[in-house]
Amino acid sequence: MMKSKADEEDYWNSSKFKAFTFDDEDDEFSTLKESKRTVNSIRCLVEEDDDKEEVEKVSWNGEPVSSNSWSVSETAASNQRAEREPAFPKINTVTISKSHSGYSLSSLFKGETDGKVSLTGSSVLMMSSCCDQDYVSDWSPEETVHRMQQGKVVSLEKFRSLQDKLLLLDSCVAAHDGNVITAVLIYLKRTLSKEVLFRELEPRQTALSHLIHYLTETRDQRLLLELLRYTCLTCFCFQLLQYKEHLSIADENKRRDFLKSCLSLPFSPEDSSHVQDHYTLMERQVIIETTDRRAERGEKVERALILNMPLITTLSYCCLYHYSESEGTFSSPLNIRQTFKISEKQFFVTALGARAKLKAWSDVDALFTSRNWLGFTRKKSPLGFQRVVDILQKNSAPTQVLQDYVALVDDAELRITLAQKHKCHDIVINTYRDLKDRQQLLGYRGKVERGSGEERKIDELLNNLQIRWKN
Amino acid sequence: MAHSARRDCPELPDFSLLKRLARDRLIYLLEQLPGKKDLFIEADLMSSLDRIANVSTLKQHEVDKLYKVEYRPVVSTSDQLCFLIRPRIQTVKWICDVANADKAVGRLRKYHIIFTPQKFFACEAVLEEQGIFGDVTTDEWSFYLLPLDDDVISLELPEFFRDNFLAGDQRWVRTAGSALHLLHTLYGPFSKVYGIGRFSKMAYESWREQVEEGEQRARQAEIGTVFLIDRDVDYVTPLCSQVVYEGLVDDIFRIKCGCVEFGTEVTSDKSLKVMLNSQDKVFNEIRNEHFSNVFGLLSQKARNLQTAYDKRRGMDIKQMKTFVSDELKGLKQEHRLLSLHISASESIMKKKTQQDFQELLKTEHSLLEGFEIRESICFLEEHIIRQVNMMESLRLLCLLSITENGLLPKDYRSLKAHFLQSYGAEHLLTFSNLRQLGLLVEQPAGETLTVMESRVGKLVNDKTAGKLTGAFSSLAKKSNFRALSRKLNLVPKSDEEYDLRVPRDMAYIFSGAYVPLSCKLVEQVLERDGWTGLEEVTKLLNGQEFAVTGSIGADSSTKSDAQRIVIVVFLGGCTFSEISALRFLGREKGYKFIVVTTAITNSSRLIESLLGNIA
Repeated sequence: MMKSKADEEDYWNSSKFKAFTFDDEDDEFSTLKESKRTVNSIRCLVEEDDDKEEVEKVSWNGEPVSSNSWSVSETAASNQRAEREPAFPKINTVTISKSHSGYSLSSLFKGETDGKVSLTGSSVLMMSSCCDQDYVSDWSPEETVHRMQQGKVVSLEKFRSLQDKLLLLDSCVAAHDGNVITAVLIYLKRTLSKEVLFRELEPRQTALSHLIHYLTETRDQRLLLELLRYTCLTCFCFQLLQYKEHLSIADENKRRDFLKSCLSLPFSPEDSSHVQDHYTLMERQVIIETTDRRAERGEKVERALILNMPLITTLSYCCLYHYSESEGTFSSPLNIRQTFKISEKQFFVTALGARAKLKAWSDVDALFTSRNWLGFTRKKSPLGFQRVVDILQKNSAPTQVLQDYVALVDDAELRITLAQKHKCHDIVINTYRDLKDRQQLLGYRGKVERGSGEERKIDELLNNLQIRWKN
Repeated sequence: MAHSARRDCPELPDFSLLKRLARDRLIYLLEQLPGKKDLFIEADLMSSLDRIANVSTLKQHEVDKLYKVEYRPVVSTSDQLCFLIRPRIQTVKWICDVANADKAVGRLRKYHIIFTPQKFFACEAVLEEQGIFGDVTTDEWSFYLLPLDDDVISLELPEFFRDNFLAGDQRWVRTAGSALHLLHTLYGPFSKVYGIGRFSKMAYESWREQVEEGEQRARQAEIGTVFLIDRDVDYVTPLCSQVVYEGLVDDIFRIKCGCVEFGTEVTSDKSLKVMLNSQDKVFNEIRNEHFSNVFGLLSQKARNLQTAYDKRRGMDIKQMKTFVSDELKGLKQEHRLLSLHISASESIMKKKTQQDFQELLKTEHSLLEGFEIRESICFLEEHIIRQVNMMESLRLLCLLSITENGLLPKDYRSLKAHFLQSYGAEHLLTFSNLRQLGLLVEQPAGETLTVMESRVGKLVNDKTAGKLTGAFSSLAKKSNFRALSRKLNLVPKSDEEYDLRVPRDMAYIFSGAYVPLSCKLVEQVLERDGWTGLEEVTKLLNGQEFAVTGSIGADSSTKSDAQRIVIVVFLGGCTFSEISALRFLGREKGYKFIVVTTAITNSSRLIESLLGNIA
C-alpha cells in the first residue's frame, strides 16, 4: 500500500505542475486560490516533524489535487484521509492524540485482499500520468468533488471509463460529503449497468448505504430490492424490506396474501417464525372479523375492529366476545393460546383484563382456582397479586371483589397500602391485628366512618384483653 | 445551587447576531423575487421561521398568502409560488406535481424554491427527472443555527440522527461543518478542538476545509474551545427518564423549538403556548433543578411575590404611582408565570407519582447499577405482557441491552416474542433497526467477543468479512458500559446519602444515580487538556477521538477568558438533562458552556426515529 520514495517524488512533481497550470482556463482568482492551497499544504509538510512515519507524509499528499494520489478502493482512500493528522487550518499544528482508526486490523486485511482493485489503481496511475497533457483542462476527481461541494457547475460526463467513475466515487466518499456521494451515485446509476454498479458497490459500504437511502427516498422499490438481494447476504435487509411492503397495502385480503408470499423468503429462523405467526394471525383476524360482522347486525353494541391489531389485542377481543367457545373454533381463546404458543402468564393477564372489563367476576374467580390433591380450592396466580389488584382496579372492580385479592398479597406492608388505597377496611384491621400493632389500629380508627361496623370491630379488638399488643 | 457557583464565569457571546443574519439573508432572497407571491412553508420549518421573522416581515416583502406544505394540490391564485423547504425528495416531488398540474391546464406561473439550509443534488435530479428543471428557480437559505436560548443553539435537524447513524447517509456532515464554520467566523478563531466519534471527526474535517478555502480575518476570539461528540458515543444518557424540571417538561409536554404547549390539564381553560427560556425569570430559576426541589423553590417565590405585592400597603399616592408604573407589570408577569409553572408541576406530579413510573425509575436505576438484573428483566416482561406504554418498553429494553453487553439469547428471544405479540408483529422491523444501531442486541451465544473477532480475522478472505467486522465493532462499542462506568465513576455508591438540593456532581440530574457519560467526557478532557490519561476510556468507546490546538496571535489575557467559553457540539441530538449537567459543570469549574446540537432529543424522540412500522 505504501508508495516508494521515488513514487512520492514523482507524484509531487506532477501535482505541483498540475496545480500551477491546469487552472489556466479558469479565472485568475481561483488560480490564485488553488496555488495558495497548494503552497499552504507544502508549508505544513515542511513544518512537520522529521521523525514522523512515512505513511503520514504520504497521507498529507491527499491535500493537493491529483487523480493519481487516490487509490481506487474505498478503504484505501479513506485510510489516507483518516491518517491525515487532525490539525488546525493554516495554523501551525500541535497534535495531541493520534488517530487509531487508520490502522485497524480489518481495514489492513481488506486492503491486502483487494489485490485486483489496487492493480487497476496502478494502471490508472500510469495512464493518467502519460495523458496529463490532454487532460490539462479537465478537473481531476478530487477537484470535481471539491467544486461540487461548493455548488459550482461541473460536468460528470467526462468520467467515462469505469476506473474514472470509481476514482470519482472514492474521492467523494473520502470527502465525507453525502450530498456529493449521492450525486455521483445518481450519475453512476445512469451510466453503468446494474450488474457492474452492484458489483462495484459491494466492497464500498459507505457508497452502498447512500444508494440504499437514495432509493428508499425516491421509492424505487424494485431497484432497491435487486440491490439488497445482490449485496446483503448476511443481514436480512432484503427479506425485511420485502416484508415491510405489507404496511402500504390497505386491503386486508391483499395484505394477508402478501404476507403469505413472504413466508417463502429466507428469513433468520427466529424471524421466520414471527412472520409465520403474523400471517396466521392476519388470516385468523379476517375470518373472525367477517363472521362477527355478520353476527353483529342483530347486536347494538359496536365492537372494536381487530384487523391489523397485535396478537394480544386479538386475544383480548376473543376473551371478551368468544370466551366460552370450545377449542375447535378459530375465535376461541384457548385455540388462539394453543396456535400461537402464548405463555401461561400472558394468557392469564389478558383473560383477567377482559373478563374484569365485563364484570364477569365468577370467570375472574375461576381463573385463579386450582384444586390441590385433597380437593380443596385455593387461589393461585402466575402474576403477583399486587398486579392482579392493579388490573382489576383499572377495570373498576367493586371493593368486595378487590378485597378478596388484596387479602392475598403476601407482603403485609404492601397489603396495608393497597387495602387503604382501595378502602378494604377489614383487611387493614385484620393485618394490624395480626401484626399486633395497637398504635396503628388506634390511628386507623379515625379513618373509618363513625358508628360503622368497622369502628365497632376496631373497638372490640382494642378491648380484647387476650391480644398481646406489641405497643 | 447558586451559592456554589464560581464568580469568575466569563460572559456569553451574543448569539442574536445569528438570528439577524438569517433574517437579512431571508429578506434578501425574498427580494430576489419581486412582486406578490404566495409562500409555502414546510411544516417542520414553521417554528424555526417564527423565531427569525414574523408574518409582517414576510408581508413587507410582498408575501401575499402563507401556506403549510401538505402534499396536496394547491389552491393559490398567485402568479408566483415560492417554496421554503428542507431539501427532501418527497417535497420536491410534490412541487413537481404542482408545476406539472399547472402545465397540463396551460397555466403559467413562476416557481421558486428556497432550500434550507442547503440544496442537495438529489433534489435537483428530481426536478430534472420530472421535466421541471429550468421552470423552477432555486436558492439556498443558509440558515444553519437557531439560538434557542442564551446558551443553546440548534440546527433543528432531527433527521440528522436517523440519516447518519441508521441509514449511513452523510448528507448532513458538511452542514455540521458549515455551522461550525459560521460560529468560527463570527465568534472564533477557535484555538482548541476536541472530539470523539466518526461524524465528529468528519464534521471537523469539513469545517477545516472550509476554513482553508475562505479568508480569515484577524479578530479577538470570543469562543476558544470546541468539543464535538457523536450521539452514539453515549446512548445511555438520552435513554434515561429525565427528572430535572426542563427535561421533565420536555418528556411530558414536548418542548418544540424552545416553546411548549400546555394543554387544559395545566391551564384549565384552553391550551397555551409558552416560550421557555432564560427570559422567563421563574423558569430560569427552576429549569435545572431536580424535580423534588422545584415545589420548594416555587413556594419560596410565591412568598416573595406576596411580600412585593404587600409593599403597596401604606404607600402614598406618589409612591403608588411609581409602584404601578415600575414594578406592578413585572410582578403581574411573574405572578402569571408562577401560577403556570405551579400548575405544570402539579400535572407532572400527578403523572409521575403513579405506581408505574416509580417502578420504571427503580428498574432504570437497577440497570445503571447492574444490580438485581433478573428482577428487572422480570419487570420488563410484565410491562410488555400488560401492553402498557410501548415506548417505555423499548426504552428499557435498549437500556438493558447497553448496560448488560447485550441480552442473553434466551432473554432476547423471549422478550422479543412477547413484544411482537403485545405491540404488533411488524415491529420486527423496529428490532432490526435497533440491532443495526447496536442499541438492542443479543449476546453472541457461548462465545466471547474476542473469540468471534479472531474468527472473523481468519475468515477475512470472505467477502462478507468486512461487514461482519463492522457489525462486531459496533457491538463491541456499545458493550462496555460497566467498564466505562467503573473507570469514570459514573454510578456513585448507592449507600451514600445524596442531597439533591445541594448537588455535589452532575449525577444530580438523575437523582444521584448516574453521571451522564457525555458530560463526564467533556469534564475530563477539559481538565486534562486533551485525551491523555483517558486511553482506556477511549478504547472502550471505540477510539475516534482527536484533539488539536492551534496558536493564534491573540493576547493571552483575553485568550484565557475565551478559552473558558466552550462550545459542546452534539451530533445526533442532546437532551435537556445534559444541558443542565453542563450548566452545573460550568458553574463548578468556571466555564461557560454553549450547547450546539443537531436537535433537542429525549428517549421518545430517539426511539421514535427508529421505529420500523411506518410504511
